[in-house]
Amino acid sequence: MDLPVISNTAPASGGGCSSSGCGTAPDALSHLPDHIRAKVQDHPCYSEEAHHYFARMHVAVAPACNIQCNYCNRKYDCANESRPGVVSELLNPDQAIKKVLAVAATIPQMTVLGIAGPGDPLANPERTFETFRQLSEKAPDIKLCVSTNGLNLPKYVDEIAKHNIDHVTITINCLDPEVGAKIYPWIYWENKRIRGVEAARILIEQQQKGLEMLTARGILVKVNSVMIPGVNDEHLKEVSKVVKAKGAFLHNVMPLIAEAEHGTYYGIMEQRSPTAEELQAIQDECAGDMAMMRHCRQCRADAVGLLGEDRGAEFALDKLDAMEIDYDSAMARRKEVHDAIIDQLEAKRAGLGAPLAAEPAAPLPADSRPVLMAVATAGQGLINQHFGHAKEFLVYEASPAGVRFISHRKTELYCIGGDTCGDEGQDGLSADSILDRTIAALAGCEVVLCSKIGFEPWGLLEQAGIQPNGEHAMESIEAAVMAVYRELAEAGKLATPAPDQKRA
Amino acid sequence: MALSITEACVNCWACVDVCPNTAIYEADPVFAIDSDKCTECLAEFPEAQCAAICPIECAIVDELGTPLNPLGSLTGIPVEKLQEILKAAAQGQPA
Repeated sequence: MDLPVISNTAPASGGGCSSSGCGTAPDALSHLPDHIRAKVQDHPCYSEEAHHYFARMHVAVAPACNIQCNYCNRKYDCANESRPGVVSELLNPDQAIKKVLAVAATIPQMTVLGIAGPGDPLANPERTFETFRQLSEKAPDIKLCVSTNGLNLPKYVDEIAKHNIDHVTITINCLDPEVGAKIYPWIYWENKRIRGVEAARILIEQQQKGLEMLTARGILVKVNSVMIPGVNDEHLKEVSKVVKAKGAFLHNVMPLIAEAEHGTYYGIMEQRSPTAEELQAIQDECAGDMAMMRHCRQCRADAVGLLGEDRGAEFALDKLDAMEIDYDSAMARRKEVHDAIIDQLEAKRAGLGAPLAAEPAAPLPADSRPVLMAVATAGQGLINQHFGHAKEFLVYEASPAGVRFISHRKTELYCIGGDTCGDEGQDGLSADSILDRTIAALAGCEVVLCSKIGFEPWGLLEQAGIQPNGEHAMESIEAAVMAVYRELAEAGKLATPAPDQKRA
Repeated sequence: MALSITEACVNCWACVDVCPNTAIYEADPVFAIDSDKCTECLAEFPEAQCAAICPIECAIVDELGTPLNPLGSLTGIPVEKLQEILKAAAQGQPA
């Protein structure tokens, strides 16, 4: 007979392979139809897996904006800043082309060129489309994408289609103008500055119209939303439903970034950001059968490189002049590199997809509670980073339904290597205080997997209720997370609620 | 009759693109308005276009130096808060 099961398993793990992290699926894109997956499999922003292999770059050719968002401050420009909307060096289209060709030749893994700002690309139509026009001519092997607030989208959909831009990101934070009025103080529309609910109503109308027009033309649309606790957090579930119904293929819910020193409205008014737990809860609610971009790193409008890294400084304007680029030969080399990576990814996908029938693992009790585990990794889907060298941890959830990627959590580098490990940190902060912050950033995780870990952090993690584990070095992340989950199950630790954690 | 741009400007180009008289040009350290060309949009639009799109408070001023977008009018941040921040910045301390 069936006993009623009380479970706190996340709703998305309800079953089947429609959820984004089913079993050993290598990435969140496996459920997508083949023609979409083919388009996005080498796009670092759309696949947790691809972002370890492929790089992206943004060129800052679009300084003007036509709306104000309460999380943005147009006065900010700092090299140490990595928020969207921030940029160090504005480029004109000719300079942008030069930079893109130089980067593409130097970093052959660079597959994607985006225009994202620092203002709104469609508020700078001439600069944006001149850049796209030249690029599709000179570097046809680079994928083009554009991000927009959507206000001018309906006006430029045909132009976008003309330049063969197959990915558009629209930032949609709300459907309700009353909510929108708390996010957008004004827009510039039909030669007037419009404020309040009326401004939000127009913006929302244009965003929705633009979304429909793009999907009708077969252009891939990703929707970004900024989660603002108390403003649009609950509302985002409705946003997710509607944009999905209109054909957006990904919905990326990102946490609000609001620090007083950024000088934004939200920063100064002390609007708080969501906690990692709150973000995950909304992402779980919005996931459904739609892959979420849990690995989004919210990069700068002029970022260059793999997600989470920025090599922009190597390609500053003064350095570009000294570079001679032979793009034809670069393109041949790029193709070789891309093909090799795709082969590698395909092989991995095939290998992981193969039945593990040789040793069928005993099924886990269906009511085992899900467990969050943090992983230190330098890429390739392996546990291959020292705890103290991790600038961020990937968080996975293990449950009887399988292992799924949840999010990344940023930390500060705790160890600068050598013999000093554990003694001093960087930027004048003591290693102890950085370690405290790292432990705080891992709140909610019960295990941290890494290739190695020092004696001191080991003890402090244990005290905080997070079990360090260095036994799975160089193993595949998902397999290791599942193995540890099984150990917990066998030790009878999954039938009981999670132990209380001591907050750092 | 002409408007002008103060050093508060962040050189974002937004006004250049919307000026009906092509009166605005790139200059150092900030963009500038050609007073011979500027009409303050009186004949063209109900609002001066540069001031209608400018995201920075106090960046566009009239002939008397009065800002078209005074402090607090664009971000909604209370003026007292902004003044506190400006004061702290002047003293070299974080707000």
